[in-house]
Formats: sequence, structure tokens, C-alpha cells
Amino acid sequence: MTGSLIAREVRRGLHGGAWLPVAFFLLVATIVPFAVGPDARLLARIGGGALWIAALTSAMLPIERLIEPDRADGMLDQLAMTGTAEEAVGAAKMIGHWLTFGPLLLIAAVPGSFLVGLDGPALARSLVSLAIGTPGLAALAVAVAALTAGLPRAGALAGLLMMPLAVPLVIFGAAATGDGESAALKLEAAIALLLIAGSPFVTGAAIRASRT
Amino acid sequence: MRPLLRGEALALVRGGRPLFEGLDLELGPGEAMHVTGPNGSGKSSLIRLVAGLLRPNAGKIERADAALADEGLALDRELPLGRALAFWNGPRLAEAMIAFGLEGLARVPVRLLSTGQAKRAQLARVMASGVPLWLLDEPLNGLDRAGTAELESAIAIHRANGGAVLAASHLQLGGDWRRMELGQ
Repeated sequence: MTGSLIAREVRRGLHGGAWLPVAFFLLVATIVPFAVGPDARLLARIGGGALWIAALTSAMLPIERLIEPDRADGMLDQLAMTGTAEEAVGAAKMIGHWLTFGPLLLIAAVPGSFLVGLDGPALARSLVSLAIGTPGLAALAVAVAALTAGLPRAGALAGLLMMPLAVPLVIFGAAATGDGESAALKLEAAIALLLIAGSPFVTGAAIRASRT
Repeated sequence: MRPLLRGEALALVRGGRPLFEGLDLELGPGEAMHVTGPNGSGKSSLIRLVAGLLRPNAGKIERADAALADEGLALDRELPLGRALAFWNGPRLAEAMIAFGLEGLARVPVRLLSTGQAKRAQLARVMASGVPLWLLDEPLNGLDRAGTAELESAIAIHRANGGAVLAASHLQLGGDWRRMELGQ
């Protein structure tokens, strides 16, 4: 069941506007030079952080379609009837969501890096940092989506919940784009792993708690 | 013979209000029970309790594998009906689609189905699952006369094959049912 659930998530992601977070990511990256001015040195210094803010905000866009439609439609109940653990549903959603979000964002990060004035080596570091960080963002998005599913004004609430939780990932992710020597990348990877490992359990518990 | 469903001394409290307590329930192969009662008496909650989607406040439930048809459609709306039903991997899908007159709708997207057609699709999913215990919450809602007859014959065949059915409905169900009234 988990395999077909991942395939379903990918299919629904691609049909449900997978380009939207990517377009949003590029838009935020475009805004940065307008907001801070065209000074190339300043842009190169803050570019990595700007890319991460763009990635975080675009990761929040799909939250409302990740869990809530399946809860409202009885899909999660029917999955439970087939004996699929809620944690497995959470893991499948996380993997499926990342597959439609992570690779596209990495592709968009190439033009995005030029927009915020990052040069070749900094571009490479940004791509590595985002490649490690986006699974963490996807894990967080699924867990937050499950926690807010069925609540009124869930979209705004999800943003309020997700941004503070993403702070450690953003700190080390953005640091890793600026400096290849430090341990930021390892710490970022550690935090992403923690989020990936924890998300299915949070999602599972939230799905069970949301049943009425 | 081992019962397909056995609930002992079940109690359920919802929103601070006790719906029922000390409820005993047993369904063997070939048996069917019709749960009746006024709105809000806990019919749907009892079905969800038996399904395992709610936890009883007291008592315990043992049951065989079960399939549930409630108000949730649980079919991907953008997919054609045949593919949406196939997601659930029911071993008897082809048979179930014929039994509920859905074979002509296999290529129609789920979002275009009428209320009655969607109900047939749900019931077909239950039948396709091939499990021994069917849990039906208001199975007649939206069904026309032909659909009701299809459901009754599907239930009769299921029972003849040793299956059991627990249905909650405020409408009359055809066939021979044991009755349980909630909210007295």
C-alpha cells in the first residue's frame, strides 16, 4: 500500500500545481535585488540566506493540500481500514511530497542563484545545502499539515507553526551556502534527518487525534 | 463457530454526552444487524467504533477484517472511476462494479458522478475488498430503487457466502435483519 500511496502523492502533486512553489521561489528570489539594491557584493553576501527564505516560504504553499483533502474525503479512514499504519501514511506523504517539490526546487535554484548574485562555487554550495535541506522542509510541511488539518484558518496557522520550527534548518542551511569549510552542512544534515525521522510519527499521531 | 464481530460492554462518550454504555454486540457468519435510532443517537459513532476509527470509553471489540462505507467517498476525484477504485486493490473489483451497475462508468471521472453513483461506487469498494465484515453507515442515502435492489442482492450473496453486515440506517432495509435500537 505504501508504494501505491507514494505514487498517488506524486501524481496528485504533479496535477495539483507542482510548479506553484517553484514559481513562488523564483519570485521571492527576484524580489531580493529589488529590495536590497543592486550592490553585487552585498547581494552575494546575503544571497544564500535569501534563497533559503525563498525555499521556506515556497515550502509552505502546498501545506493545505497535503493532508486535509484526504481527511475530509475519508481517505485516511479507508487507509486505516486496510491496515495501513498512520505513520506509514505520513512517511509515504513525506516521500511523495518531496519528490514533487525537492527536485523542481533544486532546478529552480540555478536561475535563483543568479538572481541573488551568487557565483559558481556559491551556487554549488547552495545546491548541496538545498538538496540536504528540502527533505527536511518536506517532512516539516507534512507534519504541520497533519497538525492543522481540519482547523479553521489552517493555512495561516500552518505558517505560524512551521516558520519557528524551521529556524534551525534555516540557520545551518543558510550558513552552509556561505562557507564550505565549517560544520554547518553536517549540522544541517543532522537537523534534516531529525525532522525526517520524527515527521511520520507526528503525522501519524495528528491523524489519529483528528478523527471524530 | 467464531463470530466475525464481538463487542462487550461497549460505552462511548462524545462531547461529554454518553451515547451508549454496556452495549453487547455479536455477529456471526451470515448474520446481519440493522442499527436504528433517532438522529444523534450514536449510529454512525457505533459504526466508526466497530471500524476501529474511534476508541470505546469502556469495553472491547474483536472483529475480523472489515470494510467501511460512510459519508467519505475516499476516491480520487480527478481519476476515472475504474482507476480510482483500483487504488484500493480489491480482489473482487470487476465483480463488484458489475453488481452495482458501474461497468459503464469506469472511464468517467469521479468528480462527475452523481450522489447515487458515488454511493454505488462506495458500496462497490466495500464489496470489492472481499473482507468478511461490511460496515455500512446509511447505505441507502442517495440510492434509487435499482440501486437499493442491487445493494440488497449484494448483501444477500455476501451473507450466503458467510459474511456479516452491520448497517446503520433510519430507512427500512430489505431482507432479514436483527435489529438494535440506540437512544432509548
